[in-house]
Amino acid sequence: MIQVFAFYLFATLCIFSGAVTILARNPVHSVLWLILAFFNAAGLMVLVGAEFIAMLLVIVYVGAVAVLFLFVVMMLDIDFAELRAGFVKNFPLGLALAAVLFVELFVGLIVRGAGSVALGKADGASAQAADASNIEAIGALLYSRYLFLFEAAGIVLLVAMIGAIVLTHRQRSDTRGQNISKQNARRPEEATVNLQPEVGKGVQI
Amino acid sequence: MDFARSLALTAPEILLSVSGLVLLMVAGWGGDKASRLISIAAVAVLTACAFLTAPTLWGQAMGAEVSAFGGQHRADTFAAFAKLLIYASAGVTLIIAQPFFDKARAMRAEFPLLVLFASLGMGMMVSAGDLLALYIGLELNSLASYVLASSLRTDERSAESGLKYFVLGSLASGILLFGMSLTYGFTGTTSFAGINAALAGGLPTGATFGLIFMLAGLAFKISAAPFHMWTPDVYEGAPTPVTTFFATASKVAALGLLMRVAFEAFGGQAQAWQQVVIFMALLSIVIGALGAIGQNNIKRLMAYSSINNVGFILIGLATATRAGASAMLVYIAIYVAMSVAGFVAVLLLRDENGEQVEAISDLAGLSKTRPWIALAMASVMFSLAGIPPLFGFWGKFVVFQAAVQADMIVLAAIGIAASVIGAFYYLKVVKVMYFDEPADVVKGAGETSHTVLLVLSTLAISPLGYLGTKCVGTLANYAAAALFPVG
Repeated sequence: MIQVFAFYLFATLCIFSGAVTILARNPVHSVLWLILAFFNAAGLMVLVGAEFIAMLLVIVYVGAVAVLFLFVVMMLDIDFAELRAGFVKNFPLGLALAAVLFVELFVGLIVRGAGSVALGKADGASAQAADASNIEAIGALLYSRYLFLFEAAGIVLLVAMIGAIVLTHRQRSDTRGQNISKQNARRPEEATVNLQPEVGKGVQI
Repeated sequence: MDFARSLALTAPEILLSVSGLVLLMVAGWGGDKASRLISIAAVAVLTACAFLTAPTLWGQAMGAEVSAFGGQHRADTFAAFAKLLIYASAGVTLIIAQPFFDKARAMRAEFPLLVLFASLGMGMMVSAGDLLALYIGLELNSLASYVLASSLRTDERSAESGLKYFVLGSLASGILLFGMSLTYGFTGTTSFAGINAALAGGLPTGATFGLIFMLAGLAFKISAAPFHMWTPDVYEGAPTPVTTFFATASKVAALGLLMRVAFEAFGGQAQAWQQVVIFMALLSIVIGALGAIGQNNIKRLMAYSSINNVGFILIGLATATRAGASAMLVYIAIYVAMSVAGFVAVLLLRDENGEQVEAISDLAGLSKTRPWIALAMASVMFSLAGIPPLFGFWGKFVVFQAAVQADMIVLAAIGIAASVIGAFYYLKVVKVMYFDEPADVVKGAGETSHTVLLVLSTLAISPLGYLGTKCVGTLANYAAAALFPVG
């Protein structure tokens, strides 16, 4: 009973916050609603017993992607009013695209009844251990059967990081960094001069 | 699974990654001043890896006892042959890169590290026994290569080539990944042996699509036509030592990977990919030969020549026989020697300001001003054209021999006819160097290390190289045997 209640709660909130995401006028609010939608989707994943995917949703989508969106929205000077200006003009096109997507969805559902594609059978090498939760099962596979590839994937990420730094970081001689101790050691009498300029003559600095 | 055994079999990879991490620390604290030290250490590491790999090839190790981590990594003779070529090319790259970047004042401590990690990825590619290992190795290699291509940051062409390589390379990776997911979906396994077993009863339509998409993705990586468009631009724009790396190590790794996929994963369905490979081979030979004719940049010319040579190598693949595989490996080894000689000779061409001379018209009369470089360049060109008794002839000879043995006489005949077209532009370079009025552009003195490498590689591709063909042929036979366990 409580599960049914939880499902409808998460599902309703998810759809509602998804709708508000596209309807909100303020882009920052949109991102915040999107985060709420992600959290509710994660709740749904927990309900179907996919707690690993739930955690991924929260960590990857909320922790990284949504924060990145926020950064983009707040840091870049995007004129959202201008972006919305073409809404009425492009409305028929959007409607047509939506219709195509819906038709595809229904065709897919109808075709499904006609029998599925003959896919290959999994070789069972990565089958889940009987009594392990799926986080345990994934961990056991990653650190035993796929240890070599897991470590290699780590090196790929390291190379990506080195590459990004090599291409963007450089020693610049024309910038002036802050030297705090020098700032603190500076006295007013070193930095200021009292002058009595004569009328009609400039000041020599 | 026996971890100790698996770790022992991946010793070169472990050594490469651990020393890469340690040298990264040195780079972090030492900064760009430590780049010379790191380069020397990296060459030492590559040499050590070569010594770790060589016994596999000599000992003819293959079969079940060389598969590590449940068949994801295979340290057999084929992998060893390719890895020796890769480590040698990476070492040459590091040796020629140091003076080149020092002169441009652009040496970064990370450069040798990226070459090390790229070699690690290439080693994984040629030892892959699983689609996942294939993809991770390929990405490791590609990511490092994108950065290497744009490592001369102040040069606009270098940045352009890096970006171009990155965008097109990512597209190719996506296509390859799509093909891999289709293959996995229709066979239910990612291991090459498993795919071969699952397809024993016939090739479902979905898996055919997977195969074609994978071939397209891999054809991009070996720069075979019609997926070759990026090659001239990237080869021209990238710093010359990096171009050497792309033309040698990257090409060996991608061709090795293609052979693994074709012979191991889809070995039972050879007739499904043979037509595609024949088409790519002929198109590459023709486009490589015709495209090169109008070029005035020696690096672009070498790029078209590499497309052309890949076409000849693919003829070996098209035969789908053990003799064809062995011929491919011989050709690849010879091509590596020719590329090293060609690009090092280009590196030695500098004008009075020490700038790189790349225009072919500037080479006019080189035989009078720089007779030795002209001689080396001429032997590279004759060798690439496949004129006996130079080294390049033997590569073409074994490939055509394999094609004739496999009853592909028409393919061999077209290949020979097209190589005559190719000879035209190689000879044009020789004509410009020997019979035109001196342009007097090449002035600067070359580095000692470059000269030594040029002498060694020119000796290898000279008629003296024939003495080595027997040895290379025997080793290539050992290596090809790993791909064809029976017969």
